[in-house]
Amino acid sequence: MSSLRILVGVKRVVDSAVKVRVNKALTGVETTNVKHSMNPFDEIAVEEAVRLREKHGKLVSEIIAVSCGPTKATETLRTALAMGADRAIHVKTDSALEPLSVAKLLSKVAAEEKPDLVILGKQAIDDDANQTGQMLAGLLGWPQATFASKVTVDGGALEVVREVDGGLETVKAELPAVVTTDLRLNEPRYASLPNIMKAKKKPLKTVSPADLGVEVAPRLQTIKVTEPPKRQGGKIVESVDELLSKLRTEANVL
Amino acid sequence: MLGAIRARSQFARPLLLRLYHKPARNAQFKKLTSSDMEFFKRVLPAETILATPAVGGTSDPVELEGFNADWLNKYRGDSQVVLRPKTTAEVSQILKYCNENKIAVVPQGGNTGLVGGSVPVHDEVVLSLRNMNKVRSFDDISGIVTCDAGCVLEELDNYVGERGYTMPLDLGAKGSCQIGGNVATNAGGIRFLRYGTLHGSVLGLEVVLPDGTILDNLSTLRKDNTGYDLKQLFIGSEGSLGVITGVSITTPQRPSAVNVAVLGVPSYAAVQDAFRLARRRCGEVLSAFEFWDQSCMGAVLHHQQLKSPLASEFPFYVLVETSGSNKDHDDEKLGSLLEELMESGTVEDGALAQDEQQIRRMWMMREGIPESLGKTGATYKYDISIPIPVLYDIVGDIAGKLKTAGLYQSSADPVKIVCGYGHIGDGNLHLNVVADKFQNRVTEVFEPYVYEWVASHRGSISAEHGVGLMKRDYLGYSKPKEMIDYMRRIKAMFDPNGILNPYKVL
Repeated sequence: MSSLRILVGVKRVVDSAVKVRVNKALTGVETTNVKHSMNPFDEIAVEEAVRLREKHGKLVSEIIAVSCGPTKATETLRTALAMGADRAIHVKTDSALEPLSVAKLLSKVAAEEKPDLVILGKQAIDDDANQTGQMLAGLLGWPQATFASKVTVDGGALEVVREVDGGLETVKAELPAVVTTDLRLNEPRYASLPNIMKAKKKPLKTVSPADLGVEVAPRLQTIKVTEPPKRQGGKIVESVDELLSKLRTEANVL
Repeated sequence: MLGAIRARSQFARPLLLRLYHKPARNAQFKKLTSSDMEFFKRVLPAETILATPAVGGTSDPVELEGFNADWLNKYRGDSQVVLRPKTTAEVSQILKYCNENKIAVVPQGGNTGLVGGSVPVHDEVVLSLRNMNKVRSFDDISGIVTCDAGCVLEELDNYVGERGYTMPLDLGAKGSCQIGGNVATNAGGIRFLRYGTLHGSVLGLEVVLPDGTILDNLSTLRKDNTGYDLKQLFIGSEGSLGVITGVSITTPQRPSAVNVAVLGVPSYAAVQDAFRLARRRCGEVLSAFEFWDQSCMGAVLHHQQLKSPLASEFPFYVLVETSGSNKDHDDEKLGSLLEELMESGTVEDGALAQDEQQIRRMWMMREGIPESLGKTGATYKYDISIPIPVLYDIVGDIAGKLKTAGLYQSSADPVKIVCGYGHIGDGNLHLNVVADKFQNRVTEVFEPYVYEWVASHRGSISAEHGVGLMKRDYLGYSKPKEMIDYMRRIKAMFDPNGILNPYKVL
């Protein structure tokens, strides 16, 4: 294979350290005035793309970051550019996006950009859907390797070590393919100042779902979002007998 | 978090040597008898008393370890009794009795101090405030919180944080230190640059005097010019005038937008340039400007298992933080500062945190320094205020003296690290010397030299750590005789029998 083009999907989500709260209308979590960052699994995806280039040099001809969402998604794209992506595509929409919509948008972008490898986070930490990568592979008719903890590219072949319940599973696939990242794949780098400055000058193209010919209106309706019940405070018991009795009568576990 | 780690590792290392000057026990203080214990038992619930068999109790002396030794394991007392009252009235009864019977008392908060101020020297009764840990009231409009002295700083910050506010002080020991101790020692920390001293943010105190008098000055007024402002005397008095039992403190709005960058800086002169420019460009949103040297960075990356945000090593690192209410506005200000710093070459490399986790990691690189040095060996700590231009000179100076003395040349030598870090904006340097153990041949190289050096620059021998036992004999390097004399008079007025935190401060 003479060159490798990598497309990386990144999503702007509520920062993982923020304690989310349900909004007053009970339609979702509160997002106004809340810190947003790049989805951590997507950071790992960008990092992996950059590491592939560091390993293979000129073989990786281009790393393209793509994000679907409102205007602010450009901030997330700038982060990806600062981490090492070469250019960015912003699919701009204020509509709520379901995984299938995102997969369709990404498949259209892929059709245009013709990447050899698409790397996505295994899931976004806001909706935890874990569907986009799989759906995208289905739409494109490409092989998929999900939950990657190690990615190796050798010529036109891809080898991915996956984290599965029973341990590690190694799969091989032909490129082009879709990979989704798991937590232990790598530790993303910091965005350095020189790279942040360079990122400002890197090209960022904006397109709309209509440009890509994708209808993104949600198919699902969220009826209600509520917080889990508050945890009851612990109790200190005086004796083993009391503990046993409480386990029987209150906790109902014995 | 640091606090919890400290609490666990507190007694792991047998580094203790009697290196500090331990004053002889004052024979005027009464030794505890069974009748004293009877009184304590009458006043306090049984579970709030720890007493060893030596005074007729049943507690294993091990249970008192955490009250007798400081977390650096440098200072150690021999108290047989720990009292942990739950109410101000109980504190009052205890102090009144101890005063009448000339029983020495050491008030203790989270015991995270660095100058031996919070642990007994001999057999003083430890009066721990940890059971007084309730928030008494919070005013959602003014952001003023009134609470017991034993509230842990981090828990208070979480409490006001849920209500949209933030504590005006923050320090590495926040998970263990208590607000009463913070006030009693006039703690500084990393928010000082933005929110200033506790002399400004503490609005009122409830203090129990040695004779049992409760000075109720728990004001929640921002303005109150009615006579002498007595509470100011207790802020920074290190438990030598009275026992703080309640605090009211004004808390600023919690910033909704926080940015943190770590910068690699080629020289100390450039650190100063960067600070000057940061103030000019970021103005009111600048909330921290911390610096540390490569020796600190090496220790912290190793012990905290962190990865440097920068591609290479630099003589100095700077952490700059902005906090504000409008992210776009702050981003723009910080962005233009960082660009200017890079383009002018003042800063050679840097990284800007992209998410909250990176912000925490970057702060860990600064806040994790004391703990990381502590894990490397016995740490001599000097906390000095000197004019910013000469602030760092002392580090090279001391390193040179140690090398000349043949103590800091090869890995076999006793001194492992000589380093400096601190709050550049406040003119406050933490000079640390890490040795394999505390030992006189090392100590005498820089004591009292450090103090003489500070005095020659009209600096302070204790910027934020206080005097305690460690610096009592060196107070004269920072304060003229007349002032110390008046301090003594004030001490005698509040505590004529000298029972409160004896052997310390003065």
